Amino acid sequence: MAAAQVLKSEWTKIRSVSSTVWTLGLALVVTIALGLLISILSKNDYDSLSREDKITFDPTYISFAGMSLGQLAMIVFGVLVVSNEYSTGMIRTSLAAVPQRATFLFGKIAVATVLAFLVGLATSFLTFFIGQAMLGEYKAQIGDPGVLRAVIGGALYMTLIAMFSMGVAAMLRSPMLSLGILMPFFFLISSILGNVEATKKIGRFLPDQAGSKIMQVKSPFDDDTPYGPWGGLAIMVAWTAAALIGGYVLLKKRDA
Amino acid sequence: MIEAVGLTKRYGAKTAVYNLSFQVRPGTVTGFLGPNGSGKSTTMRMILGLDAPSQGQVTIGGYPYRKLPNAPRQVGALLDAKAVHGGRHARNHLLCLAQLSGIPARRVDEVLGVVGLQDVARKRSKGFSLGMGQRLGIAAALLGDPQVLLFDEPVNGLDPEGILWVRNLMKSLAAEGRTVFVSSHLMSEMALTAEHLIVIGRGQLLADMSVTDFISANSADFARVRTPETEPQQREKLTAALTEAGGQVLPEQDGALRVMGLPLPRISDLAHGADVRLWELSPHQASLEEAYMRMTQGAVDYRSTVDQRAGLQQQLPPGAVPQPQPPVPGQGQPNWYAPPSPQQGGQPFAMPQGAPAAPPAPADANPYAAAPQAPAAAPSPAEHATDNTGTTDNKDAPR
Repeated sequence: MAAAQVLKSEWTKIRSVSSTVWTLGLALVVTIALGLLISILSKNDYDSLSREDKITFDPTYISFAGMSLGQLAMIVFGVLVVSNEYSTGMIRTSLAAVPQRATFLFGKIAVATVLAFLVGLATSFLTFFIGQAMLGEYKAQIGDPGVLRAVIGGALYMTLIAMFSMGVAAMLRSPMLSLGILMPFFFLISSILGNVEATKKIGRFLPDQAGSKIMQVKSPFDDDTPYGPWGGLAIMVAWTAAALIGGYVLLKKRDA
Repeated sequence: MIEAVGLTKRYGAKTAVYNLSFQVRPGTVTGFLGPNGSGKSTTMRMILGLDAPSQGQVTIGGYPYRKLPNAPRQVGALLDAKAVHGGRHARNHLLCLAQLSGIPARRVDEVLGVVGLQDVARKRSKGFSLGMGQRLGIAAALLGDPQVLLFDEPVNGLDPEGILWVRNLMKSLAAEGRTVFVSSHLMSEMALTAEHLIVIGRGQLLADMSVTDFISANSADFARVRTPETEPQQREKLTAALTEAGGQVLPEQDGALRVMGLPLPRISDLAHGADVRLWELSPHQASLEEAYMRMTQGAVDYRSTVDQRAGLQQQLPPGAVPQPQPPVPGQGQPNWYAPPSPQQGGQPFAMPQGAPAAPPAPADANPYAAAPQAPAAAPSPAEHATDNTGTTDNKDAPR
């Protein structure tokens, strides 16, 4: 009963602010546009690739190259959905109406997650098909082994990034602080850690690097990653669950 | 009915609310007064289950808020008028709150009409004035048609018409048998709206009584005396005579004297004896504001000082006498609202026609106001008189 009311109310909240359209729209457009660009470049460069690189050429993963930038918009969406309550002070009114804080927080996250998944699904399929069209003769088919898993995985990846951000925002409350930590982390720190030889083994257990494994159909040549696509996604799910539980515990304990 | 028992809230080393016990009864408007930072908002948040008390508890109808069945239909609150997402339409703001409480959407349009915002229902609330924001907040509080209503500073930013509307709204809600708990800084407004007062200072209960009792228990009535303005020496003479007779004399800004501790006929006799003519001799009964200031002056956290304007004032031409400004009440004049001199037993002057004496304040009701009554804290009347005459001399000299 209370849960249904929260879902209804959160749907009204999320559709009545323009930041929802902006962030989700940006996630879709940026991911597709960048994927399209990189697909064109990869096709033109194919002949100059080494023999090994030609064997492990992964047209599916290449079309998802825009995800690295598009995920930032997803982070902003996740952060704003939660921290808007705090920055406006609405949280007091909301919690006075729903004293059960678990119902409130998870109702809010559920609505935002479903929305993020639908947008992620559209983004993922569109970017795959557009990217493959650009790749021409080197393209992959949706029916090829592992490709459908990678495409749906792309949607799951975007959803989990948004959920992780919601958990972090629920812990930190401030939108500026949350974005200030999440954006550089996912855009810079994670990729630096993943590319430096010394920190590579730690870097690949970070949520985005582990999660993005689901979008790969062929592994790079010298890949020694100790987990597969679903294992990687499970690591990302664990990170997300930890962030959400942390957010809930703090909300429960703290004064609003 | 709201009931607090031993309510205490600590933030680290700072105690925001300490051992607060009170009841807010249905059918009347109860005012909640206290200086800035005295713990009013913290108390309101604890009533709504937003902040957990460190000790004690507060219940609504016998339940702590978080255990109250169907809480949003029983309790409505306006905590902060700015607590809305500026990008959201007024109607959508109320709609999401209504849906959260399981209230049908048509109720949203009803309350929009009640607060007079129906024409801007589809405008984004970031364009709202403070007064419109208050109306939107009041609309949110009314959504569930609740029996218990809490308003934190509801008239902030409202125009006179809006203030009148809020006053009548509060009264009519209380007349319907609801519990109405309102905090405000506007004393004149509280005097007109509330029947009962709960006053706190530094997180502790200072008073819990009806408005009329509060004024009579905490006010010191005084007499205003005016001597002919053309003859300043008459005022000095009178001041000396009144002080000698045990009265306490304070100058007012417009040149009149505020006399405490002497009955009106005695002032008249003393003036006659000193051969001073009087242009005015009037009794003055304290307002709620004065009673409040008197009670809370010891419990104020943020106090202004006299602006020294060091280095900012123009150099006076040599030989010119600087013209001292009469003090602003409450600034650098700690005893302006001080209780009457102790020897009069809290009764500054007897009303001439034998009006019923105000009931003396219970000894424990007013811990803060008691402090300045100590002889050490209050300058003796003689000191005051010399100060004052000194000031008036200088002021009158250039004339």
